[in-house]
Amino acid sequence: MTFARIWPILSLTLAAAPAFAEGVSHFTLANGMEAVVIEDHRAPVAVHMVWYRAGSADETRGSSGVAHFLEHLMFLGTDDLAPGELSATVEANGGSDNAFTSYDYTAYFQRIAADRLDLVMRMEADRMRDLVISQDDWATELQVIIEERNQRTDSDPGALLREQMNAAQYLNHPYGTPVIGWRHEMEALTRDDALAWYQRYYAPNNAILVVAGDVDPAEVERLAETYYGPLAPTEGLAPRERVSEPPQLAERRLTMADPRVQRPYVVRSYLAPERDAGDQSAAAALTVLAELLGGNAATSVLGRALVFDSGKAIGAGASYDGLSLDESTFGLSVVPAAGVSLADAEAALDAALAAFLRDGPDPAQFSRIRTQISADEIYARDNVQGLARRYGAALASGLTIADVEAWPDALRAVSEADVMSAAQALFDKGRSVTAWLMRPEGEGVQP
Amino acid sequence: MIRFAAAFVGALSLAVPAHATIDITEVVSPGGITAWLVENHEIPFTALEIRFAGGASLDAPGKRGAINLMTGLLEEGAGPLDAQGFAEAAESLAAEFRFDVGDDLLSISARMLSENRDAAVALLRSALIEPNFDEVALERVRGQVISIIDADSRDPDAIVSDTFARLAWGDHPYGSSLNGTLESVAGLTREDMFAARARVMTRDHIRVAAVGDITPEALGALLDTLLGELPENGAPMPPRAELGLTGGISVVDYASPQSVVLFGQIGLPITDPDYFAAYLIDHILGDGLGSRLMTAVRAERGLTYGISSFLAPRDLSETWQGYFASANEKVAEALAVTQAEWARMAAEGASDEELAAAKTYLTGAYPLRFDGNGRIASILVGMQHQGLPRDYITTRNARVEAVTADDIRRVAARLLDADALRFVVVGQPVGLPQ
Repeated sequence: MTFARIWPILSLTLAAAPAFAEGVSHFTLANGMEAVVIEDHRAPVAVHMVWYRAGSADETRGSSGVAHFLEHLMFLGTDDLAPGELSATVEANGGSDNAFTSYDYTAYFQRIAADRLDLVMRMEADRMRDLVISQDDWATELQVIIEERNQRTDSDPGALLREQMNAAQYLNHPYGTPVIGWRHEMEALTRDDALAWYQRYYAPNNAILVVAGDVDPAEVERLAETYYGPLAPTEGLAPRERVSEPPQLAERRLTMADPRVQRPYVVRSYLAPERDAGDQSAAAALTVLAELLGGNAATSVLGRALVFDSGKAIGAGASYDGLSLDESTFGLSVVPAAGVSLADAEAALDAALAAFLRDGPDPAQFSRIRTQISADEIYARDNVQGLARRYGAALASGLTIADVEAWPDALRAVSEADVMSAAQALFDKGRSVTAWLMRPEGEGVQP
Repeated sequence: MIRFAAAFVGALSLAVPAHATIDITEVVSPGGITAWLVENHEIPFTALEIRFAGGASLDAPGKRGAINLMTGLLEEGAGPLDAQGFAEAAESLAAEFRFDVGDDLLSISARMLSENRDAAVALLRSALIEPNFDEVALERVRGQVISIIDADSRDPDAIVSDTFARLAWGDHPYGSSLNGTLESVAGLTREDMFAARARVMTRDHIRVAAVGDITPEALGALLDTLLGELPENGAPMPPRAELGLTGGISVVDYASPQSVVLFGQIGLPITDPDYFAAYLIDHILGDGLGSRLMTAVRAERGLTYGISSFLAPRDLSETWQGYFASANEKVAEALAVTQAEWARMAAEGASDEELAAAKTYLTGAYPLRFDGNGRIASILVGMQHQGLPRDYITTRNARVEAVTADDIRRVAARLLDADALRFVVVGQPVGLPQ
């Protein structure tokens, strides 16, 4: 068995992949709002999502955290809705709602009985343009997001290390700044910062609607015309063009020691190409590579070499998510076995990578992964909310519906040679960031 | 994310199913094994959920951690296959098997494609009926478990949970981590694995549900293949766990900017006639962004990112608990506000508006749970374990609706006791008695 909690980096390779085109339709409103409808009539449930093409990587320097701060403030009410009324109304109708912010997008969603779609769409449309932020509320909500940072980042050495690692990986690009924000910049955020962000980015021509579940596409379009159709777009919204990374000329290494470290480990990341509209083959090869190297604890290349054969690790993994507007990362991780130093664990990782680059993939493993790619298309249909997220995240990350639907075929088209050339291009230690998370001197396993 | 995904809220979700059109068939296999089935042929796979009652609480004296380790070894080699061979076989079939164990149940979840279901069943059968527990796998998985025990000793959420459990249940299995201790796990042998399996994985402990692309006849045959060879009887269930909680504050020193707090008092069993009243009270008090605790502690004062309460009706003991995390300088105030809200509910109950809103939410949310084969199968197997009838799904919302404001007042006054709350605080709280 693999105890899930052992992994410092979650492997989300194939799971982030395929979708199914059956029962998926789309339309675009005159004001520029795109919409996707995914039908699943097995249960009387609808998922309603609005994705904004605005994430933390779109923030201006010095105001980190404002995208996520605004996400919180979006629950405070509008000219028509009292603070908290949207969530309370959803809840009073048996539904649930939430939101999330990432580097490339911010999204809001409700899950509710399918016959209440009208209600949630009306309220979501209301807060796209008519948010009201009172003087009292924003300051309290700022304390809430600082507590959120306390809980999710500052209380977790692994999260702190990831933050440092991203900052080292991206010298110039905003992916080096944490989504939640640097604490000192969060503390200085104001109502005006949030409102400026809102007025610029929260507009129909910067939004994607995804409705999934027991719904009729024609009715969804009618409702969308009614509620989202009259909203004014933001004029002059430029395409998202962010600064890019300079060439990496030196290997970057970090060590972090903290008495709260539950389990020392080594993690490494490399800059890696992302999925691009009309051009997903490089990302598909990297997705298969991550699955080959670290997808299954018992059968993957790293699992075999480090956990089963040499016993130097209790866990080893690889991770890659090609869903990203700009250049993504490919990650590797090793959790050393008792008595094995971080240096030895890293050396074993390097040796396993070198062997893989020399020998290539096991054809039987390659074939099993292709089987799984096809099976995941079947299993994915059981989770309509998951499908809705795939479409929303892809469209908010610069892809098209055609790209989402082409993705399973792109994965199936990957050959062993494609994987090996992707691996050869990727694994240059001189272009990597390697981090050790450990306990202070004298405690537990040391390098 | 605006909403806090509480680490401790899992316990209640199975308890309250309801108003959806879910057509459950009871299937009895030729060999006499009973399962609940919902047929749905839209997607060509079947979700199967198997439970063995007793879970890790059936560990033999002196063998704490044996059932957890044994569960971890089920997929680490069976019949002619070693761990890697087993994993390769599952991958080739694109079958997914998950093995897990809790205090009350050992759980096996499977997703199997229709196109190769027989082969997938044969593979899963080998894990259940003829696991090898070979020494190589035993040492490898033992290393993983020891790593988890070591990590938990530095994880504030694990520390708070273990400390609360020890105060609440002492020497009963509920009072200690099912992982065992470094010492107990170090001493476990291959023979202990076979003995642990014989204590828990037996026909008298089985509950099964299947949802998806399978007929009753096919399910009947599957049940006998998969489970028919298990021994008839396992270890007897452990005794009820006497709740030793007293009111007060326990602080565990832990260097971090934030304290985590787990608190609780006595609860009530699902079979109690007042359970639905308590369930409504809990929703109003601490379930969701609009709850009284979220309003008072987060929205009005900014003292936390999230706070929740939850009923935890386990098989052998019942508690009513809550959880939050708060900066060390704010935790004393957050704790005081929490206690005041607990006392206010006990003294006043809820308003008619609050009760009406809670009913609308809970009755409206219920059918939304039944939206996937795996999810439905999990709910059904949970209902079986709790002894609920198949028609419970159609009657459950009426039970929620039947609760009156008087019931809320009476049950809140009877059960909630702010002075009886034990708060376990892990951190370096400012202004709390140490």
